Amino acid sequence: MSAATVDAGTLPRPRRRGVWRRIKGWPMSIKVGVGIVGVLALAALLAPLVAPFGPNEIDPFALLQSPSGRHLFGTDDTGRDVFSRTLYGLRLDLGLCLLVTFVPLPFAIVVGALAGYFGGWLDMIVSRLADVMISFPFIVLVMAVVAIVGPGVKGFLIGVPLAAWALYARLARAEMLIVREQPYMLATTALGYSKWRAIFKHGLPNVARPCLVYSTIDLIGNLILLAGLSYLGFGVQPPTAELGGIIADGQGYLLTAWWISTLPGLVLVLLGVGIGLIGEGISDRGLERGGR
Amino acid sequence: MTPPLLEIEALRIEFPGEDGQLVAVKGVDLAVEPGEVVGLVGESGSGKSLTCRAVMRMVPEPGSIAAGAVRFDGQDVMALDKKRLRDFRAHSVGMIYQNPFGSLNPVLRVGAQIAETLKVNRGMGREAARKEAVALLDRVGIEDPERRYRAYPHELSGGMCQRVMIAIATASSPRLMLADEPTTALDVTTQAQILKLLAQMRAEEGMAMLLVSHDFGVIAQACDRVAVMYGGHIVETGPVETIYHEPEHPYTRALLNSVPELDSAGNVRRRAALAGHPPELSEVIPGCVFAPRCEHARQDCAGIAMRLERVGPDHESACPVRPYAGAGARGAAKAARVEA
Repeated sequence: MSAATVDAGTLPRPRRRGVWRRIKGWPMSIKVGVGIVGVLALAALLAPLVAPFGPNEIDPFALLQSPSGRHLFGTDDTGRDVFSRTLYGLRLDLGLCLLVTFVPLPFAIVVGALAGYFGGWLDMIVSRLADVMISFPFIVLVMAVVAIVGPGVKGFLIGVPLAAWALYARLARAEMLIVREQPYMLATTALGYSKWRAIFKHGLPNVARPCLVYSTIDLIGNLILLAGLSYLGFGVQPPTAELGGIIADGQGYLLTAWWISTLPGLVLVLLGVGIGLIGEGISDRGLERGGR
Repeated sequence: MTPPLLEIEALRIEFPGEDGQLVAVKGVDLAVEPGEVVGLVGESGSGKSLTCRAVMRMVPEPGSIAAGAVRFDGQDVMALDKKRLRDFRAHSVGMIYQNPFGSLNPVLRVGAQIAETLKVNRGMGREAARKEAVALLDRVGIEDPERRYRAYPHELSGGMCQRVMIAIATASSPRLMLADEPTTALDVTTQAQILKLLAQMRAEEGMAMLLVSHDFGVIAQACDRVAVMYGGHIVETGPVETIYHEPEHPYTRALLNSVPELDSAGNVRRRAALAGHPPELSEVIPGCVFAPRCEHARQDCAGIAMRLERVGPDHESACPVRPYAGAGARGAAKAARVEA
């Protein structure tokens, strides 16, 4: 609450600040979260440069070696470097999940916001469709799609947006029902602004915030889902490196070579925690900003 | 005589109820001359805010204007098509509200919100709008406008937010300002500053104003003429001095007498509060709506029509009983009572 309601003449400093000062003003949860996600994302992005080995490089003379300086996360039963595979897997997981979470998001928010603003038959259609999607267990729906299109990334890429839009649309709709009654929306009418200007310029930014906060939780969910599907054999197919797949690979060696499953699993957990912290920070900041 | 700037005639606003229509405003006549400040005073639920919003055809759903006319500068507002109505709202009338925090969009910088009005309603370019917005901030008395341009509403005080609202509302030089309880959410010092600012805007722009308030103090400070509303009717109207000193209608008198006053020794004198409560929307009261609470009510009060009758120069009252006719100034009556 550094710059809360300050009275005339006592505003401490100009609003224009350096990037660094702005970062300093972030809540601790965002700082830590951005730190964790930043390091992991960077490592994933630069995997071809950072990884000491290729993801599918086999070393027949180094089977099931425990973690060492040469193989940070050890090696698996075919002598592949688990650390390298983890980095490549992270790259694939993050990329797919970002795609599947944030590409449908704007459409879902707009659809929900319009339904909330106009009500009537549009709201009827959107809400009932959303109800149908939500009443399906999410994973069952995705697996049904996988069953139709066959195992592989395609099922995930189609199934998740198909179900996920409904939650965002519902959230945006509920938020718009509140926002449209706010005095500042009334003010846009009194100023003679068009409906579309009121909805998109003044309504949407207020509607989008809770959706963005939720999307971080959703992103974690999608990461776990993709890893889970791959673990079960419905998602990314071996030998492509993917965290869930790596965990499945190491499962048989859990007692003799624990590192194969455990270390990539911990990376997945760490990523989830990092994203969760960012989401929490944003929602706290939203409250502080005088949002509701 | 030139026609008034704003003319409201027999305005009737209804809300759908469980058994038939509920009437919130029951035939209001009101006129605002160019450059004049007219106060609309009454308890909450008296229909004063609705009347104000009806001027812009912005009666909240599911309410509707069932009958009556609103004319602005001789033009029938009720007959405007969509585009003309937007034009009318954008250029002819400005509006400010009770809640200055809520009236500004919390996620946009205040400067951008002023500049938006200039861009959309006055067709200004980006840079011109920015400059003009800073000038407007300066004009409404915000210090260091360049810096405040970049502030978010939550970083400003209530008084400053209301100043920003005034800047937005006056950006397209409207000829009429609708002010719906503009000072109610503010503390007394800020209240006085905002009223002063509105008076200044009026002097500079020759802008007329319809000021809605439940606070007679605010009305007395700012207005030329007052209309007192009760239960969806205007019960008395006249110049502010006349209404304040020689109110004719028993309701006006009761309203004025309920304001605590300081006596010469500086002690607060609690005045008689009005007994009972204002009528519910669903209550249908025959004759005079104020009769059930009126200490001067007679039997035939249930049979009279609520019609404003001339009782003095530019002074009209809806009470045919006229219990205070010739009673003189309110202050004198009070003094007499103190002596007795």
